[in-house]
Formats: sequence, structure tokens, C-alpha cells
Amino acid sequence: MPDTITTSRRRPQIDGFAAFWAAPALIWNGLFFLAPLGFLVGMTFWVVRNYRLTPDFVLSNWERMFTRGFFWESFLYTVQIGAVTAMVASLLAFPVAYFLAFRARPSARRLAIFLLITPFFTSYLVRVYAWMVILAQEGVVNAVLGGIGIAAVSMLNTSFATVIGYLTLCLPLVILIQFFALSNVDRDLVGASHNLGCGPVRTVLTVVIPSARIGLILAAAFAFILSFGDYVSPVFLGGSSPPTMSILIVDQTKSGNNWPRAAVVAVVMIATLVTVLFSALALAYGRGRARA
Amino acid sequence: MRGVWTDRLLGGVTIVVFLFILAPVASIIVFSFNADRYPSLPWGGFSLDWYRAILTDETVRRGFGRSLQVAAIVSVLATFIGFATAYVDYRFRFTGKLAFLALAALPPTVPVLILGLAMLSFFSLIDLVGTLTGVIAGHVVLCSPFAMALIRMRLAEMSPDLEGAAWNLGATRWSCMRSVVLPFCKPAIFSALAITAAVSFDEFMIAWFVSGLNETLPVRILAMLQGQVSPRINAIGTIVFVITIALVFLAQFLTTRKADKEAP
Repeated sequence: MPDTITTSRRRPQIDGFAAFWAAPALIWNGLFFLAPLGFLVGMTFWVVRNYRLTPDFVLSNWERMFTRGFFWESFLYTVQIGAVTAMVASLLAFPVAYFLAFRARPSARRLAIFLLITPFFTSYLVRVYAWMVILAQEGVVNAVLGGIGIAAVSMLNTSFATVIGYLTLCLPLVILIQFFALSNVDRDLVGASHNLGCGPVRTVLTVVIPSARIGLILAAAFAFILSFGDYVSPVFLGGSSPPTMSILIVDQTKSGNNWPRAAVVAVVMIATLVTVLFSALALAYGRGRARA
Repeated sequence: MRGVWTDRLLGGVTIVVFLFILAPVASIIVFSFNADRYPSLPWGGFSLDWYRAILTDETVRRGFGRSLQVAAIVSVLATFIGFATAYVDYRFRFTGKLAFLALAALPPTVPVLILGLAMLSFFSLIDLVGTLTGVIAGHVVLCSPFAMALIRMRLAEMSPDLEGAAWNLGATRWSCMRSVVLPFCKPAIFSALAITAAVSFDEFMIAWFVSGLNETLPVRILAMLQGQVSPRINAIGTIVFVITIALVFLAQFLTTRKADKEAP
């Protein structure tokens, strides 16, 4: 490689050319992403007077939310149901990801990946409506159950229905992340484990899962993050009872018209998500890795 | 044999999970053609009534028009910003680069509900609430990271010496951008246009908070869900699915075609 090219491809100085390409994201996201988020935090110290948002510096919104029992109940419920979803999604996804990574034919694998990417870009709202129809008292599931002589069960407006909705949102992504993690597991290790007399279950537990640990943990974290922030499933499938944090935000914004209190809930949600993400990263990349 | 038994079990679980993922989509499409007022079994006969109902519904038609308009503008802006950011990441090193990339890439990790609330309150200060301009501003923030990711992956396949060679041969950096970098990124740029259009066309949370009375189609669907649930939603859903799946399919086709052409 001639030296002139290597030096010319590392031009460190910031000039007009570089600034031109850096500016769009800086300006747009500075103005329409960073500023709104900054304002959201600042707004938690503002007050609503005579139905108008008024600049101030008071802690009353924080006190008001933190001293109410419903706020902490809602927080615990949202964390709990998000954690349950992350666990169920991880357990359901693992056999699928394992099958796709180790067993499926390449053509089947390509089709499966296409089917997993597509839902990510197709209306989640409409898919939740589909579950409302399927799970309803007179819906498809109960029609089938009735056909084999089981009495209709009301499945809508339950935490079960909310989890079904959350899974609709996050399961494809969890399978994809797990699949990529499992695809990177060293096949020789798996073969060696078989040669040394380990059965399939023991191989999965002692070789495959430890090697794919990072991806498996991140997949569960993403399932939690997506469910934790979702508004549609707990409202339309869970019947808003008990309310999740997202429902508190919408109630405070749309009917309560109290944006600062909604902002308090939003900031607590962001803090929770950041904590979960960093704990997951610490767990994934942290201790015990050397053992593998 | 042990292997056959576990393979069957794994295959069975895989099929069940895919049925779960595809069931809502199938239900929407099937029931959009069902004559019955209430979508359930047994099948009530074939009918196009729900499609007729939404085609004559003025609120749905206007929402559809607004969504198309927003998606078209968002896809162009988001793809331009995504390209610019991907190129900066590919070409330059500078202090604060990590912060710059975080600012550009983080929006999709914030729940859209929180983005919606933040934008609603901030946009109310600068008179963007209740306008499609506000929706576009918010959607571009959400969509440009997807464009950036697609184009950055494409740039990773470009030899860094290609630009250097053009410069050494006397091309200015601007003309090199036009005649080397842009043509190389063309397939990724088209996929990014399609994907960002699909994301914007489907987005309802930011739109719900910011759009005010200018409802986009997904916001209209949300309003319908809050009111009387009607099988018309199946018909709208089917149309929305067809449009977004077509866009995603187009994006994947463009990405794989380029890969096939370059395979030796």
C-alpha cells in the first residue's frame, strides 16, 4: 500500500467538508431530540397554574408522585410484568434460536429471519387489535375451546393478555438476538462436548449457554426495555388495570393535563431503563467470563 | 436415536412460536373479508363491505393521505441525515465522536411514549404542536438511526483506499463523494428510504402526542380502538400491512440483489 494513500485517508482536521456531514445530525437531533429530553427533565420542576405550564423551581411534582401509593404500586407492577415477559420471551425464544442456528437448513433459516424482521416494521397497533379479537369472550380461542366442550374463559383485561401483547412486540427481536449469539458459538466446542460423552441437554447447559451468554442477557434486557415502555398492550389487552407507568404518563398528559407530573414518571422510567441496561451489560461482560 | 427425538421437539416448538408470531397478521387479513359483524368462528361468508366502509370514510382517507405525505418527507430527510452521520463515522476521527454518535443513534432506545411527551411539551414552546411539521421533525429523529445503520454497514464494505485513490488522482473530496461514495452506497440508500418510510408510516405514539387534530392513519386506528371496536380496523390493518411489508420486502430485495451481483 503506497504511503500517500494511508496518510491521506486519515485527515484528522475538522474543515468545512467534515462539518457539512456532521452538521445535519447535530442540528436536527440537538433541536428535536436532546432539547426536548432536556426540557422534559427541567419541566419536572415547573408547575401548572391556571391550566398553564409556568416556569418555576419546585420539588412539589416529585413529592406529589413519590408520596402516592399508586405511583409505587404502578412502578412495581410495571417492573414485575416486564421481568416476567423478559423471562417468558427468553425461554420461548431459546429452542427456536437453537433450532435455527444449529439444525435448520439455510433456506429455512433465511425464510425464518425474513419472517422475524418483518413484524418489527408492521403495525404493532393492528396486531394488538388482532389479539383483542382472538382473545375476546366470543373470539377465536373461545370458539375453538367451546368446540371441544370447554366453557368460555375471559382472557381479555388480564395480565396474561398484557404479556401476550408484550410478547408480540419483543419475541421476534429476542429470537433474532439469541440466534446471532448462538450462530457465533464455536461448533468445535459443541462437537468436542458430544465426543466427550455429554448428552444434548448437558451440552446446551455447560457449553452453548455459557458461550452465548452476552447475547442471551442482552436479548432479555431488550425484551424488558420494550415491554416496560409499551402503552398499547396494557391498555387494550390488559384493560388499564392495574395501570402501568406508561398509562400514568398518558393519563397525566391527556386527561390530567399535568405535563410536569407526567414528566416525573417519564424521568423515573428512563432512570429505570438505564439501570437495567447497565446491570445487564455488567452481568454480560462482567465476572465469570474467564471461566469459559 | 436421541438426536431425532430432540430435533422433532425443537422443530415443533419453532413451528408453534412462529404460529404465535404470525397469528395476529393472519387473523387481520382473514377477518377483513369476513361478512360477520363480530370477527370470530365460524366463518360468516366472504365480503368486501369493510373495505367499502373505509374507502368512503373521510377521516380514514385523510389520515392515509397525511401518513403518506409524512412518510415520504421523513424518508428523504432521515436517509440524508443517516447517510451524513454514517459517512462521518466511516471517514473522520475527532474528539467527542462517541458523544456525536450517541446523539445520532440513541433515539430508538428511548420509549416512543417518552419521546412523544418530551416532544409535545418542547414543541408547544416553538409552535410545532398540531402540525404535520412537528410529526415530521419527531419521526426523522426516530428514523434516521435506522438509515444510518443500513448505510454504515454498506460503507464498511467499501475499501478505504478507494477514496484515497480518487483524491490522489486529483478528484476533490466533493466530486469524489458524488462519483465514488454515493454510487457505492446507492443500494443501501434505497433500502434506507424504504425502511424509514415504513417506520414513519407505522409510528403512532409521537404522532398521537404531536399531531393534534391532524391525525395520521395509525393515530386514526388508535382512536378507533378507543371507541367502538369495528371490523373496519381489519380492513385498514390489511392495507397497512401490505404497504409496510412491501416496503420491507423492497428494502431486503435491494440489499440482497447488490450482494448477489457482487458475489464472484
